Amino acid sequence: MKRRLALILAVGLGAVTTHAASITVKGSDTMVILGQKWAEVYMKSHPGTTVQVTGGGSGTGIAALLNGTTDICDASRSMKPSEIADFVKKFRTRPREYKMCLDALSVYVNESNPVNQLNFSQLKAIFTGQITNWKNVGGPDGPVSLYGRENSSGTYEFFKEHVLNGRDFAAATKTMPGTAAVIEAVARDAGGIGYGGIAYGEGVKLLKVSRADGDQAIQPNAENVFNGTYPITRYLYNYVAPAVDTGGVADYITWCRSNEGQAVVKVIGYFPLPKNQRR
Amino acid sequence: MIASPPTAARVVPQARRRRPPRLRWAEWFLERAIFVVSLSAILMVLLIFAFVGREALPVILGKTNNARSQRPIAVTQISTVPPDRLAKYLGVTTAELRSYDADTIRTLVELKAEELKQTVNPDTRFNTTSWRMMFYPYQWQGYDKPEYIWQPVSVVPKYNIVPLIIGSLKATLVALIVSVPLGVGAAIYVSQLAKPKVREIIKPVIELLSGIPSVVLGFFALIVMASTLQAMFGYASRLNAFVAGIALGLTVIPVIFTISEDALTSVPPSYSQAALALGAARWQVAWQIVLPAALPGVFAACVLGFGRAIGETMVVLMASGNATIVSASIFDSCRTLTATIAAELAEVVFGGNHYRILFLLGAMLFVVTFVTNFIGDVVVHRLKVQLEGRG
Repeated sequence: MKRRLALILAVGLGAVTTHAASITVKGSDTMVILGQKWAEVYMKSHPGTTVQVTGGGSGTGIAALLNGTTDICDASRSMKPSEIADFVKKFRTRPREYKMCLDALSVYVNESNPVNQLNFSQLKAIFTGQITNWKNVGGPDGPVSLYGRENSSGTYEFFKEHVLNGRDFAAATKTMPGTAAVIEAVARDAGGIGYGGIAYGEGVKLLKVSRADGDQAIQPNAENVFNGTYPITRYLYNYVAPAVDTGGVADYITWCRSNEGQAVVKVIGYFPLPKNQRR
Repeated sequence: MIASPPTAARVVPQARRRRPPRLRWAEWFLERAIFVVSLSAILMVLLIFAFVGREALPVILGKTNNARSQRPIAVTQISTVPPDRLAKYLGVTTAELRSYDADTIRTLVELKAEELKQTVNPDTRFNTTSWRMMFYPYQWQGYDKPEYIWQPVSVVPKYNIVPLIIGSLKATLVALIVSVPLGVGAAIYVSQLAKPKVREIIKPVIELLSGIPSVVLGFFALIVMASTLQAMFGYASRLNAFVAGIALGLTVIPVIFTISEDALTSVPPSYSQAALALGAARWQVAWQIVLPAALPGVFAACVLGFGRAIGETMVVLMASGNATIVSASIFDSCRTLTATIAAELAEVVFGGNHYRILFLLGAMLFVVTFVTNFIGDVVVHRLKVQLEGRG
């Protein structure tokens, strides 16, 4: 009995020590696939380090960073002043922000929809509920069916701030639990329109987007994100508490931002950092 | 008891006396243990309600306030502002403020100014967490008319819970319209008309429905039912209260079936035997004699089914589309109270207004299901007493 107890204790201690050597990453659902691929490649070349990546949304990740339950927070938007203030109140210092890669949001419609391009003011009118019929934007006569993300999603907030200028989404927007679900719904709905990362954009049509009415509409693709012409682009971030940003965690973030880590970004379908921002 | 000779009585019981008390002691102990276990269930319910209620209390009492009419304080003014005013401005207690060093305070003041600069919307001067704002429509900045708006993540968070209540009621109503006729009909058939062999197959199969995980049912509704029903009825929105309600109905049918079947079976056989002896047909007996006698039980089944439907989460989260619309049509998307809590609670700031209002929704749901269960139980109990007393 005593021996068994000792064994259990030893195993338990072992679990605790390995846990201490591991890095936890939590946050943006948009970054989960990327984060997991990074972790997978990193762990292969750095045996002994474990990286655990979970999603939940940028808001969840930031809440976890504040509560101290994660080492690194993945966020698909920058932290708000009020969130930084909460962090400062708890840790007496600002969190460290790292730009990890570039992402572009694309707007999806059903493949059968003849509309190929929209400008910002049209997108704004559609997603705030002022335009409710496709014929108002050069499409067929039929209702617009809006799909979006839950309000915990960084994608939701980025689209709201960047495209809707902070206006509220129409109440009729059906909220889906992930970008994959948005695509699935739009693919099954002839009048559907939704938004999400380019990395997920298979099975539906990606719209060309222009900033103003007269501008040329730009196709969302790697080239146009790099040269800065595609209008709906954003950085994806990592946030870390300065006290945690040492040893294994710091090595991991540096590796992700190196050429090696940025090669993974390309594989997943996001856009690597410009050369001068890499480590 | 037969009196035995005094000598024998003294010898034998001494040997025996040790055993029975030990057994009784074990029994006593077991009984207490079970009593404690059952007591802990009551304690759990009370604790959960106390916890949910405590988190929601500031909103219920109207003590939360998110109105922002402050003018920014410049970094250079920090030393001139009285500490209690500065603490209030930064949203901390004076004691907390004292524990900060100068650099921290400076950073906080800078961040606060940045935050205030972003809020040029005149609606920020309202306390949107008040009861008024939660129940009455209001014409927000940028809207054409007064509306019920649930937009908890916004420059001006809008916490109107009317769309959520309507969403919950819509999905529940559809579920009851589907499940009450089916559940009660099946119960009448199984308890009154079916042959014993048929009954033995149908009853467990219907009860098996309650064993399907609701996430599986929700997934089925999302992928299969939504498209099929849209093709059949030709409505515009693929995910809506109708689809969610029908899937929800499948979870409610076993509840209604089991309880109504119980009530119908508890009607004394003398009732139906008398009617049959007078020449009534079997279905006449079931419809005109047994069902009226068991009606309170069937009503209780429907009430409990309502409680089950309004508390169900996963099915509606997946199949209802979750749009916060106020509309009477069941073919529009809807967002229920439960789905809102499930989708939003994970990301809110603990102790924030959004968090407290989600707990308020939870408390409301708890009260509703508690009341429906209570009514259901009381009615079923009374019916049993009534029927057994007469029979």
